[in-house]
Amino acid sequence: MEIAQITGIGLIATILIIVIKNQKPEMAIQLSIITGIVIFMMVIGKFTAIINLLSDLSKKTNIDTIYMTTLLKIVGIAYIAEFGAEICKDAGEGSIASKIELAGKVMIMFLAVPIITSLLNLIVKLVN
Amino acid sequence: MGVDIIFKIAAIGIVVSILNQVLIQSGRQEQAMMTTLAGLVIVLMMVAKQIMTLFETVRTMFQF
Repeated sequence: MEIAQITGIGLIATILIIVIKNQKPEMAIQLSIITGIVIFMMVIGKFTAIINLLSDLSKKTNIDTIYMTTLLKIVGIAYIAEFGAEICKDAGEGSIASKIELAGKVMIMFLAVPIITSLLNLIVKLVN
Repeated sequence: MGVDIIFKIAAIGIVVSILNQVLIQSGRQEQAMMTTLAGLVIVLMMVAKQIMTLFETVRTMFQF
């Protein structure tokens, strides 16, 4: 029953944050960051199993490993960008949050360039 | 890493805010400010360490 544990941590942390927020809003933000990290660390073990399964599948079906690693990298970038942006948004800095999101989108686009190039090459080859 | 860090930070926050109020009541505004700043820096160092661990974990997991 890990989910009960995680929900309990979340609820307790929320109550603590509300207690502190009136006196020290900056401390409350840091508390919410730490809560996010703790919860992420609790589920990370399960996630590794999922990633291993995906890489096994891609090996069995002879998919190029470059695509698989690119996909994983994109998921990682999306997670980190989302984490930072949500915290900025919670602290009331919506503009910084949208900049972080923009940076995440640019990074993802940059990582997807080789895939898009190979797709375009394929299309050009088909047309000619 | 466990849940205790959440309680640690919450305790620091509550203690600092109480100290802050006591110091302000006794008319020591600068010391109250310093207490707030010290508490903030201590917690920030803990949080920064944890954020580094998080980013390292994400980086190794998603094979950057």
